[in-house]
Amino acid sequence: MSIKRRRKIEEFIFVWLMRLALTSAALVLGLILVIITSRGLQALSWEMISQPPGAAFYLGGGGGILNAIVGSLYLAAGATLLALGIAIPAVMYLHTYARNSRLRHVVRLVLDVLWGIPSIVYGAFGFALMILMGLRASLLAGIIVLALVVLPILARTFDEVLSLSPKELTEATLAMGTTRLELLWVLLRQSLPGLFTAVLLAFSRAIGDAASVLFTAGYTDSLPDSLLRPVASLPLAVFFQLGTPFPEVQARAHASALVLTAIILFISLLAHLSMTRLGRNVIR
Amino acid sequence: MEVITKETIRSDKIIKVNPFKLNPWRRLKDLLSGGLMSIVITAILALILIMGMLLLVRSWPIMSTYPLRELLTSTTWRPTRGEFGFAPFIVGSLTVTLIAGFIAVIPALLSGIYLAEYTSRRSRSRLKPLLDLLVGIPSVVYGLWGILFIVPLIRDHAGPWSDRVLGGTFPFFARTNPSGYGLLAGGFVLGVMIFPIIVAVTDEVLRNVPREMRESLQALGATRWEATKVVVFKASLPGVLAAVVLGFSRAFGETLAVMMVVGNNPNIPASLFDTAYPLPALIANNYSEMMSIPMYDSALMGAALLLLVVILFFNVVARLTIMRVSR
Repeated sequence: MSIKRRRKIEEFIFVWLMRLALTSAALVLGLILVIITSRGLQALSWEMISQPPGAAFYLGGGGGILNAIVGSLYLAAGATLLALGIAIPAVMYLHTYARNSRLRHVVRLVLDVLWGIPSIVYGAFGFALMILMGLRASLLAGIIVLALVVLPILARTFDEVLSLSPKELTEATLAMGTTRLELLWVLLRQSLPGLFTAVLLAFSRAIGDAASVLFTAGYTDSLPDSLLRPVASLPLAVFFQLGTPFPEVQARAHASALVLTAIILFISLLAHLSMTRLGRNVIR
Repeated sequence: MEVITKETIRSDKIIKVNPFKLNPWRRLKDLLSGGLMSIVITAILALILIMGMLLLVRSWPIMSTYPLRELLTSTTWRPTRGEFGFAPFIVGSLTVTLIAGFIAVIPALLSGIYLAEYTSRRSRSRLKPLLDLLVGIPSVVYGLWGILFIVPLIRDHAGPWSDRVLGGTFPFFARTNPSGYGLLAGGFVLGVMIFPIIVAVTDEVLRNVPREMRESLQALGATRWEATKVVVFKASLPGVLAAVVLGFSRAFGETLAVMMVVGNNPNIPASLFDTAYPLPALIANNYSEMMSIPMYDSALMGAALLLLVVILFFNVVARLTIMRVSR
């Protein structure tokens, strides 16, 4: 066999191996969606998503998971807002005030590392913090810990978006005699579509995270009514219902997982669209 | 027609701003907000330190009672009798992570290479959202998928097959546990979860290799795969390894998905089908009763600290490597 032919064959084999790897990833994704959907649909009913749990819900009684759906939305929205309040000033500082690129590198490194810390560690940290401050498991505690979980995601995505804004914009704005604070508003307007995508990303992560709210948000059968009371969340609803020995309750866990997946897919779709559609009026 | 007089010229002067004579209010606002923002930045930078300190303080009772070596190497876990050996959990975490690595690393690297080197802009924009979707699926859904699909698959097919074919010669493949819940199930689910992370980072690293490097190689007559090989092994091997490390550290800390399929028994697994009990699952499973047994909460906080330290180490090393490669 000539060398040329062997090289061609090697190329061929590896390209097909790569395609095989990607195809199997797509297959697994499809498999996950198909299994969750088909199992979930069997138990999904209007009652499931429109009512809070009834008296003997975990023994197979009537009711639904409205408490978890609303609770998850509260938790995720609160956490995203709180993280936004921290991430926007921090990232803006990097792009307007911070003159040395060293600080930028350090902050990016720290955010990336924070991103890598597992949410169970945030959960344990939050729990230790709660004991320290005398707080009980509550919506507020859940929001605070979830905000820490999504902060690096939000901040890093927003940071990337701001890095895409043209340097000339900054220079031209500053040349007009603006202060750096005023530059910040210009940059914010420029990066608003990207920020929106970052918010959606953080929101969907917050809604799906369970390990951090396990200790901090608690769980309850009633709808959330106060910041200082425990609150239910969808991932934990799935988890707890699966833990019961009753098949009909487990089937509801499948339905709850379908609701959770559907919400996340919807948000991903929105994020994808906002990335491509909203950016039209932005200077590139 | 407007006549230019001395007055209009003078009024134009108002627009001209001397940076050293800024309106004091604007300047104050600028300074104040700058100060506030730098406080926020400092808080973020200090967060890891605060987390580590608080976990250390909370786990101090157990750290000061038992020697660290005994805690890390003892295999008996009986909190009610005051025996806290972390070894089964450390071994459980390591083995599950390794199995996930075996399953995910090679396909993920190949996919990352394909994404970075072979795809056109268009097919890339179709493949990327798919990976983002895989990242976005919550871990509880992965866990449920594991229970509904992977566990029965192992129980009914993979387990008996492995026992028949390999179990006799290699005890590691013997089917010690017929339920299907165990190391293999946990490793498989985890492998699927870390796959997109490794792909994304590999892709990012390879994209930062200058184009000219490939072009010059191809101009010399190398095939695309040969050019890729050189690029991967010469220019970005550290970055690609860092991608793998990041995937491993994610696997090490993943909680719910693993916990749902791994069996959660504090034993040292001897076979692929044995149950295991990783560290994150230990923390998550016992949160409700940790206040009732002395030292229990301290031990669990110690587990969280251990997790934090290990993951910090791998993340910092990997991120620094990627930063250096990308520059």
